[in-house]
Amino acid sequence: MENYSASLNNVFHALADPTRRSVIARLGSGSASIKELAEPFGLGLPSFLKHIKVLENSGLIASEKVGRVRTCKLKRANLIAAQKWFDEQRAGWESRYDNLDNLLMTLKGEDDDT
Amino acid sequence: MTLKLQFDFLVDQEKSTITIKREFAGKRQLVWDCHTKSELLDRWFAPKPLTTKTKSMDFREGGHWHYAMVDPTGQEYWGRVDYLTIQPIDNYTSFDGFSDATGAVNPALPRAKWHVTFSDAKAHTLVETVVAYASPEALQQVINMGLKEGLASTLERLDELLLVLN
Repeated sequence: MENYSASLNNVFHALADPTRRSVIARLGSGSASIKELAEPFGLGLPSFLKHIKVLENSGLIASEKVGRVRTCKLKRANLIAAQKWFDEQRAGWESRYDNLDNLLMTLKGEDDDT
Repeated sequence: MTLKLQFDFLVDQEKSTITIKREFAGKRQLVWDCHTKSELLDRWFAPKPLTTKTKSMDFREGGHWHYAMVDPTGQEYWGRVDYLTIQPIDNYTSFDGFSDATGAVNPALPRAKWHVTFSDAKAHTLVETVVAYASPEALQQVINMGLKEGLASTLERLDELLLVLN
């Protein structure tokens, strides 16, 4: 199991970039080496490693070097936790604004009656 | 009749902001009133199943709104909005913080600065709310507060999430 007490740093910054989102999506189907992960992007290795570093710092992925190969894996619990926070915030605003829609309808109705 | 109204929700961690844009089917004056009169705020501000209860409201620059969100068991979550600038019916800025029942702001938790802007969008009104924290760390603190509660959640929605990210 992942360490649930690990705090997430800059998760939303990490997820703001399309390359990094693709890496996360790829790691969802299993661990992969840096070389495998870099292939689809046509980026130089140094640029790609910067993205990996951002993802590692965010707590969304972890990497491990065995011999000459560095393998990355997704820290699933952290990704879910971040998504849950985002969903809850969004849902809170949606619910609040649904209330306001209803209130506006009611107030317009009251206005028509007078 | 159901209308598809615009709704955007964006977290920018580098700028330490959350931006919410939403269109409302109502005239700007009415939408403004709903944001600035406590008897109207009480009827919508808290997300369901919470309700809003105003303790005091003084809507002027330097004044504040002291309110609670109340859950179905009666538990009260107190908040205090301090108004900084007010330009009827265009925009206002405020500090949004957690408080206690006496109205004292909790200094241990970050306060966010809100910029709320109202503009006409044809027959509708567009409201943009930018919730800005003092630093990425302050936003992170708020995120982590929410995360603590959700960390033991199940993993079942991950596949769905990964599809969205792809």
